[in-house]
Amino acid sequence: MDIFSITGAAYIVAALLFILSLAGLSRHESAKNGLTYGIVGMGVALVATVAGTVDASEFIEDRPLVIGLLVAAVVVGALIGLWRARIVEMTGMPELIAALHSFVGLAAVLIGVNGHLEGSHFELDSLNNIHEAEVAIGIFIGAVTFTGSIVANLKLSAKMSSAPLMLPGKNFINVGSLGLFAILTVVYVAVEEGTGQDIVLAVLTVLALALGWHLVASIGGGDMPVVVSMLNSYSGWAAAASGFLLGNDLLIVTGALVGSSGAYLSYIMCKAMNRSFISVIAGGFGIAAPAGDDKDYGEHREIQADAVAELLAGASSVVITPGYGMAVAQAQYPVADLTAKLRAKGINVRFGIHPVAGRLPGHMNVLLAEAKLPYDIVLEMDEINDDFPDTDVVLVIGANDTVNPSAAEDPSSPIAGMPVLEVWNAKDVIVFKRSMAAGYAGVQNPLFFRENSQMLFGDAKDKVEEIVRHLGD
Amino acid sequence: MLIGIPRESKPGETLVAATAKTVTQLTNLGYDVVVEAGAGNAADQPDSAFTDAGVRVGTSEEVWAADVVVKVNAPSAEEIGRLRRGATIISMMAPGRSPELLEQFQAAGVTALAMDAVPRISRAQSMDVLSSMANVAGYRAVVESAHEFGRMFTGQVTAAGKIPPARVFVVGAGVAGLAAIGAASAMGAIVRAFDVRPEVAEQVESMGAQFVSVDMEQEVSSDGYAKEMTEAQVAATAAMYDEEAREADIVITTALIPGRPAPKLLSAETVAGMKNGSVIVDMAAANGGNATGTVTDQKIVTDNGVTILGYTDLAGRLAAQTSQLYGTNIVNLLKLLTPEKDGALALDFDDVVQRGITVVKEGESTWPPPAVQVSAAPAAVAAPVEVKEPKVPMSAGTKVGLVLGAIGLFWLVNALAPTDDLRRHFTVLMLSIVIGYYVIGKVAHALHTPLMSVTNAISGVVVVGALVQVASDDKLIVGLSAAAILLASINIFGGFAVTRRMLAMFSKGA
Repeated sequence: MDIFSITGAAYIVAALLFILSLAGLSRHESAKNGLTYGIVGMGVALVATVAGTVDASEFIEDRPLVIGLLVAAVVVGALIGLWRARIVEMTGMPELIAALHSFVGLAAVLIGVNGHLEGSHFELDSLNNIHEAEVAIGIFIGAVTFTGSIVANLKLSAKMSSAPLMLPGKNFINVGSLGLFAILTVVYVAVEEGTGQDIVLAVLTVLALALGWHLVASIGGGDMPVVVSMLNSYSGWAAAASGFLLGNDLLIVTGALVGSSGAYLSYIMCKAMNRSFISVIAGGFGIAAPAGDDKDYGEHREIQADAVAELLAGASSVVITPGYGMAVAQAQYPVADLTAKLRAKGINVRFGIHPVAGRLPGHMNVLLAEAKLPYDIVLEMDEINDDFPDTDVVLVIGANDTVNPSAAEDPSSPIAGMPVLEVWNAKDVIVFKRSMAAGYAGVQNPLFFRENSQMLFGDAKDKVEEIVRHLGD
Repeated sequence: MLIGIPRESKPGETLVAATAKTVTQLTNLGYDVVVEAGAGNAADQPDSAFTDAGVRVGTSEEVWAADVVVKVNAPSAEEIGRLRRGATIISMMAPGRSPELLEQFQAAGVTALAMDAVPRISRAQSMDVLSSMANVAGYRAVVESAHEFGRMFTGQVTAAGKIPPARVFVVGAGVAGLAAIGAASAMGAIVRAFDVRPEVAEQVESMGAQFVSVDMEQEVSSDGYAKEMTEAQVAATAAMYDEEAREADIVITTALIPGRPAPKLLSAETVAGMKNGSVIVDMAAANGGNATGTVTDQKIVTDNGVTILGYTDLAGRLAAQTSQLYGTNIVNLLKLLTPEKDGALALDFDDVVQRGITVVKEGESTWPPPAVQVSAAPAAVAAPVEVKEPKVPMSAGTKVGLVLGAIGLFWLVNALAPTDDLRRHFTVLMLSIVIGYYVIGKVAHALHTPLMSVTNAISGVVVVGALVQVASDDKLIVGLSAAAILLASINIFGGFAVTRRMLAMFSKGA
């Protein structure tokens, strides 16, 4: 039993714990256990690796310096991470997650660069070539993840316009970049060390950085949930590529787990929007001018908070369908108050969550949980869609495209075929909205002009608080 | 303003236009209400109930002198004469079929609102008396048929032998038809139903009946009523009616076409071919009946022992509830007419509902109102609509081909790999992908965000790579590795911490 067998065995244990961690997260009941498995797994991996590193550094000159640097980096990183995690608003979760993805990407790039600097010293030429290919692939995936995540972060935090960037021939740019990447990799592998390899790798890195930026910049804000889970997937593949580079199975296992889980999440998201993955990546959602959009939808009717309170007091079944607008207005706490008040009156209050509501998969669930709403009244679209005809009042809070009847009824609509919450089947629908502007998809919503819909204009948080006040007396 | 609730003068009428409950709602709208003595007796609403509700019980003269008179049936000529000039009368009037009534209203100089002319739009549903009464009538039709039918509805296997369930055939799946379907299937009968509008099949099935379909084309109704069929369609359905009726024990017909006599659906031959003891309840009797041999308000037994009920007062046979429903319809209408809740009735002709029910306004005939489109579906767009092509699902063959192709490629990569180490890495990669796919497939939607932050933290495991590299003599490598360690550590600690915060928030309700 030497240090290699100990770390090797620890890696297997860590991989197993990671699998248990993801499995535990599949249900609310076991989610916390899952998290514990993940933390223990990571702890095992870290301790084993650090021990291995300390052991391996025996023969290098500045051993204390290297180890000190190592410890300092971990501690500083941990402090920054814990600090960010503590202060982040739940509404800002998508931005944080996108930012974290970019760190993984950059770390993978740095590891790739190190791999290049170290070079490879195998006897077999083919192995050296494979090592070089791994370096190129690792840097490429890492760099795409890095810039892509930064753009996603900027878009989500509204520091950058969320409208898709429409460069001419953007699909050609994407496919062309991939082709160029393949050529550069071959060149990098083919040329001898010291004969311009550095320059080839630098060009390749810049190309990947530009591609990552362009890829996400050309995707509209409405598709961000897919993009975030896609970047999650990329960050996993970046880790797996590093694993191949270093011959480390733990990295491969973990990277593949994360990569396939992210890909599967993206697939679920795409299905929820009835769009193919390719079309999301190709971007440009909501750009084509919808046919006959200038048609007259009729008049919308306005309602005031006191009237809504009266309506709610007389209802026996209420469904609330929140969207990104609720997150923006920070209305989840007053919504929770409202729910508690109504439930105290014996009114059946439930929440209907569309799979792509918000800017992150499950975003709404997190916000509602933050406001201490019991998760068993928070239902998925499929669970609640059949109940709308028996519902007295639906409160649409900051949702738009996810409750758009034209998805179900107008085949020419850009969102045609996307499964939506069929709120219009309820007796009364109250739509909380700041103005009559169109939703993220840029599609007009005929729901607002329905006979049974009424609009409550203003900031969702203020309005919900107002309703709660009117219910109180 | 004063609302008068008179006693219904029609012989045998049991209904009343207001109950103790609805008069309270009327007073809340700011109206004074006076109820004629004995008006609610037949509907279990004695005078004392009204006085308890805080409204006055008065004489016939007081009631008819009110500003607004609310009735169930259309007033007689004598009653119209008692109305004050400028008063408002609200009742059912069948304005399309009673031009002489409208003339009398004009002569009396009153405003007349017809409750049975409420447009069938969603917003007006709360005041649609035809729907609320048809609902009650449909239920009662089943009860009446069960009374006449000499057997049980439900099927049973008993020690004394097997009882087959009754077969009920309902024609027309409007409000009355659906109510009849619900009542009959609740009693255990096998219910089959037909409607010329194929789009109601789903509603029929939701009530527990089987929808009988006939191959024919029919456009979607846009005014909420079924349309009369073309001759070809009649021919196609006649055979179906005949066949279904002969097999049924109970037939309930509810087919009506607005402003026209009811269509004859059951021919004399069909009735003659029905089983002895079977029952037909003809709910269209008031408009001539759907069955040959129906006599309005009568029970007829044919030569072959088929009972045909032509009662038109089915709703009135459940007087208390029907009065309550009618009264609530009236309250909802008055809510619309009294937006200020100040007891002053104000007609707004810009509103399609108010325009639609007003047949005479201050002595001027306003009948018929402009047509109202019920279906909100916009008229076909003139410009060619680009319909998205439905996605062609991949055939099973292509799918298998693709998978096999991908696996073949994987084999090639592995075969070309020069060392076993590399093959081992590929094995690990492949197994992990499969595990990841299956593990994630079970994750609850609500947990997607925590899942992502955990996978995020876990992908911080790249730190292992950087840690391995940091042990180097090359200062540049050490520096880069340290940077990578720092970044990955942010990920690990931040990711786990934020997940912990989120999971702590998820809690199950009491």
